[in-house]
Amino acid sequence: MALLRVSNLEVDFDTPEGLVKAVNGMNFEVAEGETLAIVGESGSGKSQMVLSFMGLLAENGHARGEALFHDKDLLKMNPRDLNRIRGKHIAMIFQDPMTSLNPFLTIEKQMAEVVMHHQGLGREEARSHAVEMLRAVRIPDPEERIKQYPHEYSGGMRQRVMIAIGLLCEPELLIADEPSTALDVTVQAQIIELVSELRKQTHMALILITHDLAAVAEIADRIVVMYAGEAVETGSVDDIFYRPQHPYTRGLLASVPRLDRESDDELQAIPGNPPNLLDLPVGCRFRDRCVEAVEQCRQRPPLWVTQDGRSSRCVLPVEGGEILEEPAAVEQTA
Amino acid sequence: MSKPVLRVQDLAVTFSSYTGGLLNRHERQLRAVDGISFDLDPGETLGIVGESGSGKSTLARAILGLVKVSRGRVMWRGEELTGLDEEALRQKRKEIQIVFQDPVASLNPRMTAGDIIAEPLWTFYPNMERLQVEERTRGMMKMVGLLPNQINRYPHEFSGGQCQRIGIARSLVLNPKLLVCDEPVSALDVSIQAQIINLLKDLQKKLGLALIFIAHDLSVVRHISDRVMVMYMGQAMEVAEKASLYRRPLHPYTNALMKSVPVPDPKLAAAARQESWLKGDMPSPYQRPKGCIFHNRCPLRVKRCEADVPALRRLENGDWVACHRAEELDLSIQVPASG
Repeated sequence: MALLRVSNLEVDFDTPEGLVKAVNGMNFEVAEGETLAIVGESGSGKSQMVLSFMGLLAENGHARGEALFHDKDLLKMNPRDLNRIRGKHIAMIFQDPMTSLNPFLTIEKQMAEVVMHHQGLGREEARSHAVEMLRAVRIPDPEERIKQYPHEYSGGMRQRVMIAIGLLCEPELLIADEPSTALDVTVQAQIIELVSELRKQTHMALILITHDLAAVAEIADRIVVMYAGEAVETGSVDDIFYRPQHPYTRGLLASVPRLDRESDDELQAIPGNPPNLLDLPVGCRFRDRCVEAVEQCRQRPPLWVTQDGRSSRCVLPVEGGEILEEPAAVEQTA
Repeated sequence: MSKPVLRVQDLAVTFSSYTGGLLNRHERQLRAVDGISFDLDPGETLGIVGESGSGKSTLARAILGLVKVSRGRVMWRGEELTGLDEEALRQKRKEIQIVFQDPVASLNPRMTAGDIIAEPLWTFYPNMERLQVEERTRGMMKMVGLLPNQINRYPHEFSGGQCQRIGIARSLVLNPKLLVCDEPVSALDVSIQAQIINLLKDLQKKLGLALIFIAHDLSVVRHISDRVMVMYMGQAMEVAEKASLYRRPLHPYTNALMKSVPVPDPKLAAAARQESWLKGDMPSPYQRPKGCIFHNRCPLRVKRCEADVPALRRLENGDWVACHRAEELDLSIQVPASG
């Protein structure tokens, strides 16, 4: 059974320049204990989508659609009920470990607060629980370090603290928004490994948001690739890496610089830039950058879906798949 | 053999900070760059790689004279830059330019793309004809892959990759001989990174530029560098030709950096994880380890590494390394047959 089921989710923002359509009709599920990676470039809507059902959109943002967590719609929940779920059942880790911690409070204060609020523990209990959690994320000498302030921690250590805070209430779902992007490569690997290990121990589900396909190769079960506010391809980790269907996914994979292959002189880039969300192109949104684009791409591309749950929104057929959504006629004449 | 355009000799930059209260003030010294030396030939690219805090950006700034050098020399085409007065140094900047990491933050949001690119021309050639400036600006935009009709647009109307192209156009408008790129692609998306690296490589060939390319990731510098220097806590751990460095890294730290590059292949990634062996973070710069500065994170350390500082020494093949065990270790990288 799905722990989280998102359907027809749309997010847009009122801006002085006009309506920015950040997310356009996203559908996906996360099963209990599953790791789902959501991959996309900046501006693809991956973060805003998650912020929308966590109730964290900016004031000019609006969300429509459904996000069912245990069959309750997070989008329609009042703030009090949502607060009971956030932090306790769903926890979130943000990209920048430097700015996510309060610089004026000790690590102990910031950690104890969470369990005292959600689980009603006393100060002493909360403290020993926090120390245990720090030990679990491999902070050396946690009894002493818990008394320190964030500036006394390195970047990688701060992100470990953020993970520890996220895990304090043993959530059923952890959402990590680019947890390793701001960190050094050497530390990135450690953080991703740590998150994946803790997930196995606690059986929680994990949504991992990233712009770096390579970073999730080892730990994701399934992957959703987003482009300009919609899912262009969904599949198991092996499908996405070994049998990518959508030209955008293939382009992303090819543009990762690799050390495990002999170098060729030219790096493969995807030409062009992502479209302007104020003025999305009619038809396939990736058309202008796609090396395989044909005349048909001026229409909204069909959505191919297979039995085993993979999908691709492209004119190129998916083997063993059938069309769930017919290509739409040209919405307006260009 | 051509004569190097740039010679950096034993360069060091030290920052001071103060701790304690009013009465027991202590000065602490932070050695951000600690004795770096290298030569750069005309048209050559040196990649500089290291984690944050390794001093690579400070080194770049020291070469341009943007921070005070506390020891050593920077020689530019036979002339010493360190110690030049402000105005003389400013004139040299026609020949040495820099591209910064954050493409959006390094552009003035209230200036148009055209004004940003043309500004160095106005500064150095105040008497230049308006038309000539505009022509040159449009030419630069074309060269870096922007449309000349975007000349009156503002930075917020461009994407991150396009902003970095503006930054590159600005740095090349004076026809420099050396371009220092300080993490020019770290803030960009993967698909755009490749565009910018290919662009820099093209421009270098076309213009005969010498290039210093700084990154925190060895996979990024590979495609553009002739030689690579690996830095750790302000010091060079290894300086080697690209071909030998990527085939057989000499220093355990270089090896660790290579192992931590994520592989976009689930099976290979799982195998690589088994081997990843760099633990912990870089120590505080105020508490530099004795002996080899890398020894407390090095899985291959021996007794000697804790006491003796390994000098940066030249090996038979011409590469440089600062490790006692460089000859006895074999850190060769196995490249699987493609397919």
